[in-house]
Amino acid sequence: MATIHMDNLCKVYTGGVKAVSNVNLDIADGEMIVLVGPSGCGKSTLLRMVAGLETITDGTLKIGERVVNKLEPAERDIAMVFQNYALYPHMTVFNNLAYGLKNRGFKKAEIDRRVREAATMLEIAQFLDRKPRQLSGGQRQRVAMGRALVREPAAFLFDEPLSNLDAKLRVQMRVEIRQLQRRLRTTSLYVTHDQLEAMTMADRLVVLNGGVIEQVGTPMDLYSRPETTFVAGFIGSPAMNMLPADFMREKVEADGLAHVPSKADLIGIRPEDFSTDQPGEGDLQLSGQLLLLEPAGAESHLHMRFEGFDRNVVVRLGQVPDVAEGQEMTFSIKRSALHPFDLESGQRVA
Amino acid sequence: MQTKRMTFTGSWLPYALLAPQVIITLIFFIWPSFQALRQSVYRQGDAFGIRPDTFVWFDNFRAIFADPLYLNSLKVTAVFAVGTTLLSMSVALLLAVMVNRMIHSRDSYTTFLVWPYAIAPAIAGVLWWFIFNPSIGIMPYMLDMVGYDWNHRRDSNDAMIMVIIASAWRQISYNFLFFLAGLQSIPHSLIEAAAIDGAGRMKRFWTIVFPLLSPITFFLMVINIVYAMFDTFGVIHATTEGGPAQATNILVYKVYRDGFVNLNFGSSAAQSVVLMAIVIVLTVIQFRYIERRVNY
Amino acid sequence: MVENNRWGNFFAHVVLILGVAIIVFPVYVAIIASTHPPGTFVRGVMPLWPGTHAWENYTTAITEGRSRAGTPPIGGMMWNSFVMAMAITIGKLSISILSAFAIVYFRFPFRIFFFWIIFLTLMLPVEVRIVPTFQVVADFGMLNSFAGLSIPLIASATATFLFRQFFMTVPEELMEAARVDGAGPMKFFKDILLPLSITNIAALFVIMFIYGWNQYLWPLLITTDPDYYTIVMGIQRMVTGGDSEPLWHLVMATVVLAALPPVLVILFMQRLFVKGLTETEK
Repeated sequence: MATIHMDNLCKVYTGGVKAVSNVNLDIADGEMIVLVGPSGCGKSTLLRMVAGLETITDGTLKIGERVVNKLEPAERDIAMVFQNYALYPHMTVFNNLAYGLKNRGFKKAEIDRRVREAATMLEIAQFLDRKPRQLSGGQRQRVAMGRALVREPAAFLFDEPLSNLDAKLRVQMRVEIRQLQRRLRTTSLYVTHDQLEAMTMADRLVVLNGGVIEQVGTPMDLYSRPETTFVAGFIGSPAMNMLPADFMREKVEADGLAHVPSKADLIGIRPEDFSTDQPGEGDLQLSGQLLLLEPAGAESHLHMRFEGFDRNVVVRLGQVPDVAEGQEMTFSIKRSALHPFDLESGQRVA
Repeated sequence: MQTKRMTFTGSWLPYALLAPQVIITLIFFIWPSFQALRQSVYRQGDAFGIRPDTFVWFDNFRAIFADPLYLNSLKVTAVFAVGTTLLSMSVALLLAVMVNRMIHSRDSYTTFLVWPYAIAPAIAGVLWWFIFNPSIGIMPYMLDMVGYDWNHRRDSNDAMIMVIIASAWRQISYNFLFFLAGLQSIPHSLIEAAAIDGAGRMKRFWTIVFPLLSPITFFLMVINIVYAMFDTFGVIHATTEGGPAQATNILVYKVYRDGFVNLNFGSSAAQSVVLMAIVIVLTVIQFRYIERRVNY
Repeated sequence: MVENNRWGNFFAHVVLILGVAIIVFPVYVAIIASTHPPGTFVRGVMPLWPGTHAWENYTTAITEGRSRAGTPPIGGMMWNSFVMAMAITIGKLSISILSAFAIVYFRFPFRIFFFWIIFLTLMLPVEVRIVPTFQVVADFGMLNSFAGLSIPLIASATATFLFRQFFMTVPEELMEAARVDGAGPMKFFKDILLPLSITNIAALFVIMFIYGWNQYLWPLLITTDPDYYTIVMGIQRMVTGGDSEPLWHLVMATVVLAALPPVLVILFMQRLFVKGLTETEK
């Protein structure tokens, strides 16, 4: 169990490509931190820097009280779950789990105890004598988890561990990993590109873009108050609509946008914040033409076109409305649902 | 050149790992080759050191290219290499095409056809030498019935034919395996498409299959020429010993005779350097080809 | 096949059976000849049906050889060939896998330079440097020794390249996982890389063993002591050793014995052999 402390971490590859710039992050003991961002954003690099698989160009990395910048991966007291599992194909499941303990000189009895305990916890005890190729994808994933578990490390590092599973298994394993982490209270760093996975698993989320941290916070913090247009667009699905402030000012009554700072030139509205209910006191109203209706059973996505704005606006409703494509529709929006941004800097204003 | 994304650290370890290979290469490959290069521009002094080695520029090269025996050897080598390559490749292709038609018997035929690869060229030479033996061999006996008087001890053409057959025989296995692998990698849908387009069996072979095999054919051509030029020393040495009348005196055999038996070091070194140039050219061609194959 | 007519198949079988017959014929003749008494070969045409002297000929060849003409018994030569082939095979495999490991898994100054040095061996077969290589071996006092027969031949660019190619296909994460699990370079090599390379090693073993067993020019150059003759070069001594016609019954018994080990290796390990052959040349 340990805290992880990143102070100004930088990674510059030979040739000058900056993969990670000035990352500052404090991870509390037992916390589950999810690093999320599009591919190439530096999230895997940052994880691998913590693991010791990438050298740290600049800055300080502490695990617990130790500065580990120069330590070998094995000396950092971390365990890692790889995207392709990286199971040793020629070893049995038992030996896959035991290899790291053997290398550390554990006694046979202790190795045996830990492997069996982890295997029972992960429900792979009956596969201990098998080779990885005789297992299904989900079972291999569990073995990879087991290899991390037996080590009882200070921190778990997960590098997109679920991306090789099919959708159904992914949801199931997501829950299991989260439950396991809650039970063991081991500090964890989890990398994913899937924002839903990130939202559901994290104590705190770190959104990375271009090697820079965009925002850190609880999932609901990031959802309800994205600090940049990037976070606004990345968290939530379908993505937040970005409408020009000028267009909005034209469309709604004069005082509708009174609380929005005048220097905001982009207004973000989440698809789920549009409502077909009667407008309440002070709510905004927008009318447009329905281009396409995507019914999805419990909910529906409506692609709308508002006059004066040349892009589709997506609206998400909690039911499938009885409307025809081409029809005019009017929506009401709460004032508090508006996210004002500065186009130039991409930062939230006020 | 590539390494792994992440590499091990260790200042002396990689050098220690490479050391055995590199040391052996330097001592037994690079150094002697360098010596051959050196000797090729010197005239050998006498054994007592009274007359030291003298630097003679390209005299040795001038001498070998003026020597009718060497020019003859070049010609003999060319005939021999082309003959061996053509014979073994055409027989191998025919057999591979036939085996590729088979479904049940494919593996058994393959087994029967691959093992000659295990037989050393020298032994292959002795085997055919026995079969062609003018007094008791079965081939001269049969040729005699059709009125041909075979004698590779006197007749240059007979000797050349014999060493070509002996060298090609062993190489058929090799070419066969590569042709078969090539044929099996041709998508069956292509053949079917050609059949639907109305191409008959022969037409399909020459317009679809053979062009698709051309990379392998080219590759095998280079390999076979290298084989015929360098690996067939045993065939010649164990049977004809270059004769009769220089008719089978291929370059490799001549370089051995001149250097090792006749102790004519300058000339032998110059011949070695010419051979070196030939190998380098062939190796470069071969690797250029591999690059292409990897890229498409 | 698109259209499989019966005549076409019949024709193919005929061609193949003829082909196999031609391929097998020389060895058949050798086996037959090795079963006949010496008198058979004095005149007439060589026999095509088995004789009765097989046991006698083979025991003579193995235990006596043709001592008067300076060729030792076959038994000893076969042993020499075996030792040489094994030394070359094991030597090539071990130094090549180590070099490939260094080249793929380490980054260090002069890496490319070393790679090219190894590559050069491809362009310098013994045949192009006969005399100077002989001189080097003589200077080391390695003439007439197993060390001389094997060590100069164990550098191998092909094996190094094959291992390098294979290592490049081993997932990166395996090495990273091993490092997180506390394995250093040599431990990773021994515990992970070596077990994963087993099939490749076996395939190369087959090819290298045949290569080693069939060496001809090299033993010819550096052995003058019959105690170190190998069987493949020894046959040449038997054929040309005397002024008279060769003793065909003994020569052919020797030929059969010389060909047997590598042929058996191919027949019993055909799958590995094909894999080794097609991959070393890529």
